[in-house]
Amino acid sequence: MGHLIPPAIMPYVVPVICGIVIVAVLPLMAGYIVLVERKVMADMQARLGPMRVGPHGLLQPIADAVKLLIKEDIIPQKADTFLFWLAPVLSVSMALIAYSAMPFGPAFQIADLNIGLLFILAVSSLGIYGIVLGGWASNSHYSLLGALRSAAQLVSYETAAGLGLLSALVLAGSLSMRDIVQAQYDQGQWFIFAAPVGFVIYLIGSIAETNRAPFDLPEAESELVAGYMTEYSGFRWSLYFLAEYANMIIVAGIATTLFLGGWLRPFPRVQMHIFGSVELMDAVPSLLFLLVAAYCFKLAPRQPAQIQKVVMAIAGLLCFGLAAVMFGSIFTPVAVKEGIHGGFWFLAKVAIYLYAFLWIRFTVPRYRFDQLMRIGWRVLIPLALVNLIAVGSALTASQVWGLSPRLTTFVLSWVVVIAVAGFLVSRQTGEKPSPAADVE
Amino acid sequence: MDVTHILFGVFAVMAVVSAILMVTTRNIVHCAVFLITTLLATAGVFLLLQAEFLFVTQIILYVGGIMVLFVFVIMLVNLDVSLRQVQFNRQTWVAVLLAAVLGAQLFIALWLGRNALRLPARAELIAPKNTEAIGQVLFQRYMLPFEIASILLLVAMIGAVVMAKRRV
Repeated sequence: MGHLIPPAIMPYVVPVICGIVIVAVLPLMAGYIVLVERKVMADMQARLGPMRVGPHGLLQPIADAVKLLIKEDIIPQKADTFLFWLAPVLSVSMALIAYSAMPFGPAFQIADLNIGLLFILAVSSLGIYGIVLGGWASNSHYSLLGALRSAAQLVSYETAAGLGLLSALVLAGSLSMRDIVQAQYDQGQWFIFAAPVGFVIYLIGSIAETNRAPFDLPEAESELVAGYMTEYSGFRWSLYFLAEYANMIIVAGIATTLFLGGWLRPFPRVQMHIFGSVELMDAVPSLLFLLVAAYCFKLAPRQPAQIQKVVMAIAGLLCFGLAAVMFGSIFTPVAVKEGIHGGFWFLAKVAIYLYAFLWIRFTVPRYRFDQLMRIGWRVLIPLALVNLIAVGSALTASQVWGLSPRLTTFVLSWVVVIAVAGFLVSRQTGEKPSPAADVE
Repeated sequence: MDVTHILFGVFAVMAVVSAILMVTTRNIVHCAVFLITTLLATAGVFLLLQAEFLFVTQIILYVGGIMVLFVFVIMLVNLDVSLRQVQFNRQTWVAVLLAAVLGAQLFIALWLGRNALRLPARAELIAPKNTEAIGQVLFQRYMLPFEIASILLLVAMIGAVVMAKRRV
């Protein structure tokens, strides 16, 4: 195969393939995250959620995508046509460019930049122009208000989220995504255990940056119709939608890489062989897929229509095939095995992070705008600074006194956690804040 | 003529053209968009010089931070009014004279250095750790100026907050 490709373009082949895969798979992933979101929401509200299109609504995303593509595309008469066109494109393209430094596994990364993390942050922060310019170009009050809120919110929370990330960066000592994961392997711990406060700050900040509930004020439907995308319809609207979900996957990927060990499986250094040469944690992915496949096969005969039975059985077969791939790859060379299993663990952690997003969305009511600003500036940023100082002094202490950095960072981080908790509890039990103090 | 030269040409033309458009356009939101393009093109030139940390900082700070605030303020301005207003400049001749003098100066400077007029050589690759090198220079060699500058900015920030907070 190698001799078919001229050597001049050889180094570009794999990145281009990775890029095409990402651009092709991402809309599909976004569609299915929407389905998962609706199903999780339905579950939390004791409903069934989409059930009609395909068995248990499995084909709903495809139906939605077709509907959005063939809807009429409306441009308001007094809109700024060029910016109205540019804004959603900008949103999506910036979100997609940010994927070029995201490590989906040791083998699947377009480019390992030595400023990888900063690059992702910089490019994804440009996506705000999609929202701001789109809101302005629509020439509508609701859109403009949404855009203004979005700009203010992003500027406030980017600082806090960035400071939260810094605590993990100090521990890793590198900006390259690959080196950050490697540092977690070398130090034998995920950074969430060394800098838990940083992780929580980043979680909150990333919810605000992606405009998700409870910080979804730029598109608050009870106040602003749909915020910045009020005037958008059809395909352009679906571009905004795609950008939002792409950004969610990006922030989840950043958090996974920095705090949750990236593509490393749990306990990467422990080897526990069950039967023969198969390691226990290596067998987990295939067992998981086998379980899902068995569940699909169990549900298949119970579907109401013939076609739904067939689709459910196909879904079961797909999961069975994935289980076979995960199991078969254990016996392939290490590079191939690490690539496939690393990809699985990375996506699994991203999925858990996204589930936390959904969970928070359906649990916490939306904040008021002044509350949002106060949380950002008066709570998160000072807390992030304190946490950063704690992590830094823990590392210095470990160098000066020759202690293990794992011990010092762990102790100091939990000191910060307990101090914050104590502060919050003392505020709760102390004097009741008068309702007038809430209104600024 | 390799790829770097072509890319430099693209970025340079982009930066200059959008800078000119930024000054001549009447719609201020469009002006802001052109300024963003200029800043992005400048960032691209930094990248070509293999100063990737500067490239990213330029994007994060100027495009992702400061320009967002600019656009935020601009959007609050009522555009219809500002478009209809007649711009007053009674200093056309002074401006023309100044521009001519400055232009001549620039032209002479370029003409004198015409033999040295080529693309700057790529910055020496400081291992792969460009970011670390910048950090060391800033926090060791230029520690004092750096801290003075940051204190100055802090004072300005606090001053702005105090002045904005005063109830009139």
